[in-house]
Amino acid sequence: MDNYSKRKYLIGAIFILVALVFFVRLFRLQVVNNDYKQYATRNVLRRVVTYPARGLIYDRNGDLLVYNKASYDLLVTPREVSAFDTTAFCEILEIQKEELIAGLDKAKNYSRYKPSVIIKQLSPESYAVLQEKLFRFPGFFVQTRTLREYPEKTAGHVLGYVGEVNRSKIQEDPYYTQGDYIGITGLEKAYEEELRGQKGVNFQLVDVHNRPKGNYRDGKSDTLAVLGKNLVTTLDADLQAYAEYLMDNKKGSVVAIEPATGEVLAFLSAPTYDPSLLVGRARGTNYQKLAQDTLKPIFNRAIRAAYPPGSTFKLFNALIALQENTINLQTQFSCNGPLSRPIRCTHNHISPISVRNAIRESCNPFFWNTFNSIVRKYPRADEGYKVWREHLISCGLSQRLGTELSNELPGNIPEVGYYNHYYGEGHWNGLTIRSMAIGQGELLITPFQLANMAATIANRGYYITPHFVKSVWSIENEPKELNFERHVTTIDPEHFEVVIEGMQAVIEESNTRYYSKLDSIIICGKTGTVQNPHGSDHSVFIAFAPKENPQIAISVYVENGVWGARYAAPIASLIIEKYLNDSIAPRRISIETRMHEANLLNSFQPK
Amino acid sequence: MARRNNIWASLDWMTIGIYLILVLLGWISIYAAVYNDEHSSILDMSQRYGKQLIWITAALVIGFTLIIIDSKFYVFFAYAFYGITILLLIAVLIFGTKVKGATSWFQLGGVAIQPAEFVKFTTALALAKYLSTYNFKMHKLKSYLTIGLILLMPVVLIFLQNDTGSALVISVFLLVLFREGLSGSILFIGLVIALVFIFTLVLSPLHTIIILSIAALFLHYFMRQKPIETLKVAGIFSSLAAAFIFGGSLFKTGIPSVQWLLYATIISSLIFAVFAFRQHLYNLLLVLSIYIGLTFFTFSVDYVFNNILEPHQQSRINELFGIESDPLGVGYNVNQSKIAIGSGGLTGKGFLNGTQTKFDFVPEQSTDFIFCTVGEEWGFIGTTLVVALFLLLLLRLIYLAERQRSTFSRVYGYGVACIIFFHLAINVGMTIGLAPVIGIPLPFFSYGGSSLWSFTILLFIFLRLDASRAEKLSH
Repeated sequence: MDNYSKRKYLIGAIFILVALVFFVRLFRLQVVNNDYKQYATRNVLRRVVTYPARGLIYDRNGDLLVYNKASYDLLVTPREVSAFDTTAFCEILEIQKEELIAGLDKAKNYSRYKPSVIIKQLSPESYAVLQEKLFRFPGFFVQTRTLREYPEKTAGHVLGYVGEVNRSKIQEDPYYTQGDYIGITGLEKAYEEELRGQKGVNFQLVDVHNRPKGNYRDGKSDTLAVLGKNLVTTLDADLQAYAEYLMDNKKGSVVAIEPATGEVLAFLSAPTYDPSLLVGRARGTNYQKLAQDTLKPIFNRAIRAAYPPGSTFKLFNALIALQENTINLQTQFSCNGPLSRPIRCTHNHISPISVRNAIRESCNPFFWNTFNSIVRKYPRADEGYKVWREHLISCGLSQRLGTELSNELPGNIPEVGYYNHYYGEGHWNGLTIRSMAIGQGELLITPFQLANMAATIANRGYYITPHFVKSVWSIENEPKELNFERHVTTIDPEHFEVVIEGMQAVIEESNTRYYSKLDSIIICGKTGTVQNPHGSDHSVFIAFAPKENPQIAISVYVENGVWGARYAAPIASLIIEKYLNDSIAPRRISIETRMHEANLLNSFQPK
Repeated sequence: MARRNNIWASLDWMTIGIYLILVLLGWISIYAAVYNDEHSSILDMSQRYGKQLIWITAALVIGFTLIIIDSKFYVFFAYAFYGITILLLIAVLIFGTKVKGATSWFQLGGVAIQPAEFVKFTTALALAKYLSTYNFKMHKLKSYLTIGLILLMPVVLIFLQNDTGSALVISVFLLVLFREGLSGSILFIGLVIALVFIFTLVLSPLHTIIILSIAALFLHYFMRQKPIETLKVAGIFSSLAAAFIFGGSLFKTGIPSVQWLLYATIISSLIFAVFAFRQHLYNLLLVLSIYIGLTFFTFSVDYVFNNILEPHQQSRINELFGIESDPLGVGYNVNQSKIAIGSGGLTGKGFLNGTQTKFDFVPEQSTDFIFCTVGEEWGFIGTTLVVALFLLLLLRLIYLAERQRSTFSRVYGYGVACIIFFHLAINVGMTIGLAPVIGIPLPFFSYGGSSLWSFTILLFIFLRLDASRAEKLSH
């Protein structure tokens, strides 16, 4: 009757087969493959990042150099946008309709569900108006970020600036994500980790429409934002401003260091710029402007411009010769004034002359003889030169001093190989390279290194790595004092006294005294004139004061300032006076005015 | 009274047990799928889980009622029920409300009724009635035509409502007919047609025709064992095709090569048909006609797909066969569904802890995609348990169907098993990316009165028939 009864097995087999296929598939989906768990987490978790305020930056007296002001980014979640009054919207935001539409399209392309920034850094005025009317524009919301603000508007080269992190940094450091701010130059870069603090993350559960549905794991995975730490810098804001004031309309640099600690009191590359130009939305265009300025305001001359040191370098030749015992306090060399060979002397003075007065007179013949005596001390010129060079290396030359500013140039004291290559081995001696004696030629020293040399002399033989930050602190943490390395030079302390005597004589007995001598404080200094093949010579001066227990060491470079005594020395003396006395003596006010008003920008004449 | 006791005693309580477990699991899953903190009680009547309890209660009442009705009633009124549901299908086309593109709902007060759900059991009844007719012979043209009519009427009407999923369910009756003696070769041909269909969409008509032609040549060789003749046929075909395609491009007719290939196929087939007819090789003639038929089928599939199907249907099919991968577009639903199930792991995220379903990442999470909630919250253990319960039910139904003495009960029983099987296969298959997304519910699980009631009616009529299997039902 029923011939097909056996077909029940086939039908049953089909049922079982389908179930088996399901079991296998489900096993692979649910047990073998782990990707889906991540997909599900990615679907439902929204990381809401809380940004801590960036640390503040103070000067050495507690005056604020950098603080934060609120900035408002307008974000949009395209999915939640419904029809709105675009005209009114654009009016509030002061943007063009096309700009808005382009922004919306971009946001949509990124994600319909996730918010993206549509306008960065609304002005506080737009924000105030928008905030009241925001309910009329569904899908838009405002996120508060902070921008840097500079009440003193000084020290741009030291402080550096903050900008959005670039792609390569994001790949290198997982802390950063697109749109984060990071210190790009200066102390902002050097102390980035201290200043930035720690972002907090709040994990929220969201539904398919990106609506919050509560905290993930009751907030157990959340982290609180940690405020950025504050920096107390070594800068003296008043002194810095004063240096900027004096260097108005000049190219050059001023670096002042507290010798005993290596703390940089003032650090200026002139012309400088207002750091608040490099903040926020306008940064791009302002940066372009500054970068294209022929006076190169962004260029940090104090650590990036290496000049020959000029006569200031003679101090070191004296010190090395004393240490090598190739001259002593009584050693005299004769000078024929303008007739001297191979280097003439431009100063009119008695002859022969000993080291103290040679410094005062900046006598070229004395110093090439001195230099030659060092080189000649050893059987071969290259050995003597090597010894001489080692002494300079111990003073921090031809190397980066290792300050916090990352783009410092090392300068250059040529190695023996350079001359061997240039003149041939055994074919040169101290006289061949006599320009080393008077700080010209191949020598390259940055103004920063020169200031450090002044500090080294002030300390009678050692220096502390010059630096810009005294301590780091935050509300949660006690101030942490930073320690910097002490470097002892190869020159013994006793050799410094006669050199310092000479430096005092420079200020008190030479022509320099007219504009640079103070009534109450003994300044020890040395002028320099750097030969400039492109225009007027550069005016250089290094000094420290007071003579005993020095408080400040300084280098001043004034490009096209002709002689050291003409601009660099008076400017240095004013800065020293300001720092030590807090005010300028009435009789020197006219000097102050003249220094401030001197305009040397146009004396650069390309030949 | 004695007779009624007898009925309760002879009911298959195992099936009822599985039914109750599935319904209960479904209710819990709906609760988890649409759970919301403000209405945390599972008895909250404003929520779907509250309403489902009403549908369940009503379903139990319906089940009880169906059991106490005399089994002869179903046999006697089988055609009448069928007729009524067919009329309802026509009526819904005229008076129905449109929901999600399908005109398949009657809005009666607050309750929406979907006649297509009920046509399943009436078709099963009508088919059982017809197949149990005295002296019924499967292999008669009249039988084929009648069966075709019984099955095609609801299919066409449901298609017209734009409810492709429910229409496709009727195709599962082929399996029932197979049990009742439908030639296996028809099922085989059906399978071949399905394969050609898939090839055409996944590859292209051109490739499909080449594959078909090579297959036909192989078949020719095996049937004739004359290599020279096979080579001759191949030679005629390929030279014709080459000449047509080359000539077509030479004269810049603009007719695509696949069309030239079709002409080459037709002409070479005709030549060979004349030869086969003269040599009285009728078997070869049959192969030839199947070959030509399939070639035309390829073209019509291509035509229908490109010109008749609507874009959303095209993309769903494309998505299924992996022709287009667009996880944020058409594939979004399946992708989210797979994420939900896949993220459940071995043991699941725990009751009410599923994020995919609770936060609406999975669409239709209480109806068509209810299986996702099981997968996400109860993991592999939960999903295998549910599939295993269904398999147990299906095998039990085959067992019950086979122990019937009447053809009517057996055919109906197979109808029940096959309908549930089809829903299970497609519904679970689509949630794990093995079947196209055609919106049909998971029996006993999915939210909704029409669906639950129709499956309850489907099952309980069979249980009633089974309980009185000792009685002589008809003829």
